[in-house]
Amino acid sequence: MLDARTSRRTVLGGLGATVFVAGFHVPRAGAAGVADMEPNAFIRIDAQGFITLTMPQVEMGQGTYTSISMILAEELDAAWDHVKVEHAPPDETHYANPAFGVQATGNSNSIRAFWLPLRKAGAGTRAVLVEAAARGWKVPAAECRTENSQVVHDKSGRRVAYGDLVARAAAMPVPTDAPLKDPKQFKLIGRSLRRLDTPVKTDGTAVYGIDALPPGVKFAALMQSPVLGGKVAHVDDAAAKKIKGVRQIVVLDDLVAVVGDHMWAAKSGLEALDVAWNDGANAEISTADIWARLRKASERDGAVAKTVGDARKALGEGDVYTQTYEVPLLAHAPMEPLNCTVHVRPDGAEAWIGSQVLARVQRAVAKAAGLSVETVVVHNHLLGGGFGRRLEPDMAFVAARIAKQVDGPVKVVWTREEDIRHDVYRPAYHDLLSAKLSRDGRIVGWKHKTAGSSILARWLPPAFRNGVDGDGVDGAADVPYDIDNLRVEFVREEPPGVNTGFWRGVGPNNNVFAIESFIDELAHRARIDPVAFRRAHLGKTPRLKAALDLVAAKSNWGSALPPRAGRGVAVQVAFASFIATVIEAEVDEAGEVLLRRIDTAVDTGTIVNPDTVMAQLQGGLIFGLTAALYGEITVEKGRVQQSNFHDYRMLRMDQVPPINVHLIRNGEPPGGIGETGTTASMPALRNAIYAATGVALRRMPIDRTLIAGARR
Amino acid sequence: MIELRVNGEAKSVDVAPDMPLLWVLRDVLHLTGTKFGCGIAQCGACTVHIDGKPVRSCQLAVGALGNRAITTIEKIGETPAGARVQKAWLDLEVIQCGYCQSGQIMSAAALLNSVPHPDDADIDAAMSGNICRCGTYVRIRAAIKRAAAEHA
Ligand code: FES
Ligand code: FES
Repeated sequence: MLDARTSRRTVLGGLGATVFVAGFHVPRAGAAGVADMEPNAFIRIDAQGFITLTMPQVEMGQGTYTSISMILAEELDAAWDHVKVEHAPPDETHYANPAFGVQATGNSNSIRAFWLPLRKAGAGTRAVLVEAAARGWKVPAAECRTENSQVVHDKSGRRVAYGDLVARAAAMPVPTDAPLKDPKQFKLIGRSLRRLDTPVKTDGTAVYGIDALPPGVKFAALMQSPVLGGKVAHVDDAAAKKIKGVRQIVVLDDLVAVVGDHMWAAKSGLEALDVAWNDGANAEISTADIWARLRKASERDGAVAKTVGDARKALGEGDVYTQTYEVPLLAHAPMEPLNCTVHVRPDGAEAWIGSQVLARVQRAVAKAAGLSVETVVVHNHLLGGGFGRRLEPDMAFVAARIAKQVDGPVKVVWTREEDIRHDVYRPAYHDLLSAKLSRDGRIVGWKHKTAGSSILARWLPPAFRNGVDGDGVDGAADVPYDIDNLRVEFVREEPPGVNTGFWRGVGPNNNVFAIESFIDELAHRARIDPVAFRRAHLGKTPRLKAALDLVAAKSNWGSALPPRAGRGVAVQVAFASFIATVIEAEVDEAGEVLLRRIDTAVDTGTIVNPDTVMAQLQGGLIFGLTAALYGEITVEKGRVQQSNFHDYRMLRMDQVPPINVHLIRNGEPPGGIGETGTTASMPALRNAIYAATGVALRRMPIDRTLIAGARR
Repeated sequence: MIELRVNGEAKSVDVAPDMPLLWVLRDVLHLTGTKFGCGIAQCGACTVHIDGKPVRSCQLAVGALGNRAITTIEKIGETPAGARVQKAWLDLEVIQCGYCQSGQIMSAAALLNSVPHPDDADIDAAMSGNICRCGTYVRIRAAIKRAAAEHA
């Protein structure tokens, strides 16, 4: 068995391990031969005073390595420039996410889930160091305080560095109930400290999974069955074998791979292969089939996720307004193409990857290689984007299957085409909403039925209960508006021919899009301004109302705009953050959408690093606007039609408007932030187009033919 | 054998002349700072400088390069524009996942070399070939302006 501590060191010393240092620090010469102090799974202090923090969540751009370090260092009163961070190994005992029970980074919950555990870890460590110093000085611990990696005894004017306490403190018990700081005492939390991971990202020295280069590594390109579930029928490799640098052709049941001296040989070899496939049961599947099945499924009664009052009665008579909203399959396309490097030996395996689910990667490699889990070492890396794609271990599984056929380590890199065509796609959803308004414009009855995949049923089965997928109804069951009679249902319908999974913004993306689009239409029917209409229904959600008021003021809501321009508003309570967003957009005669300006007001409770929160809003909005303007995966004859950035388009520099993020500061518990902008973007843009053109779009992505030439 | 001049050093590599520079840098010379994003000149992650001009290395056959100067992200900080861009990138905390940023920095440094004080249209023209999936565009624009302002 690999001991957790041992494997942690393996990671530090292992190839591709990245250690960041917060600041320049020349340690004093410490006592030689003193063992490090390891009070818990997150903190290690050496006799020179360096504090190494092991990150239970992975860094994929969201800034979590810095924020996690800030929380630990805050309670520990660590000198920020003594802090180093390292990737955690796979270890669900020590690094499971408390919100999932699984070692996973997702659902915008790193700070929410680890806020207390990290503070306690820091505070407990600090308490031990204080106790060690007090014993040395023979003074009461209560007379000591800490600052800047030192314990201080003011009465006697003595101070001692943490590093010098390591020898004594290492053997002492760590209290689990050490008092936490009063937030008023925070010195780091709440400040826009520089990120720890960015310097290495400016000069090419950052190491991502795709950069791993264990000695003797070979490179492989792969082609999986173009139709999900298809099998290799025949391979002619004569031409591929002639290519300079091609070393080996690996043919498995459902994929082929070419191994070479470099990726160019591997790619060229793959292109030179003549492969025939048996497409199997999904050979005739098209997007039209997927939609037809989903729409049909939506006619069923769903599993009830939430009821308030009597929605059936409230909607039973009179003028009920009903609409449907749809969002398509989407690919993740993280900038770093999927990859995994694996070395399979008879007695164990080693893998290099950047993953959101390290322990699952370890198990996947073990399974593919036919080894026991304990014999598999996994080195995590920085992730070149995750967005949910790296919550799946499939790239590790296929890499290990290939590596099992190869002598020595092999780096399996997916081409962008392979990445787009073999994604685990954001599910398509079909939402049916009904509501009734009173004569004075209040919502008196509400029904929302969401139909789509249950990702949780596959990914975290215990979380799929009584037919309801908690993620599938996230943002719908907890609709923020005051509605006395409400019913929310979920219909599970899995699409044929594609795998589905989490995508930045997860369930709230779909539900907030449907709800906020529908609310705008209700406001229109009631002849009430969209901000005023929302505001009137936010009595039970004052934090959201405050965010709405702020964004309305900051965006100049209600002021005049040129013809064919409009403002759209969207509000949300998602990932425990309260956010109101206004997008100003213009639609040209051809139906092209020009983004003019974005304002978003954000109440995410206690903020660890304000600049990071702003960056996540900016980036999250752009991620979602990309989907709103371009994102749709389609399938014909079982094959995904898109393949690279020319036909799966991304928003670019020249299309991005100013984005103003307005932070609301308070002492509420921290909310989640990484996915919130994405969720906000789609309905706010849709409503801006509605305001600009009068056209009520009810599907994503935006259909330009519906808005060309239209004007309000 | 193909002779190349990479970051001021002579390198000889035993590869086919049609092999794109990207893979020579990454897989043969182990200069992994230059990134693979699309392989078809759509994303800019692989941008390097050839004689100071930005080029997509995924589309550039090594056989055609001769003695031209290849500069990669690993050494762009040794040029004045490169150093200013790197500093502005950190000062404004542009970077998120960072995977696109080698290419962004190379494109931005090349822009400042040819247009010392770019306006928004210059920035759009020079930078729209570089995709950032994390959506750092707003800060890239601001950081380019900051780097330009620090140019005496
Ligand atoms: S990898 Fe060269 S432009 Fe994308
Ligand atoms: S910073 Fe992640 S792709 Fe640009």
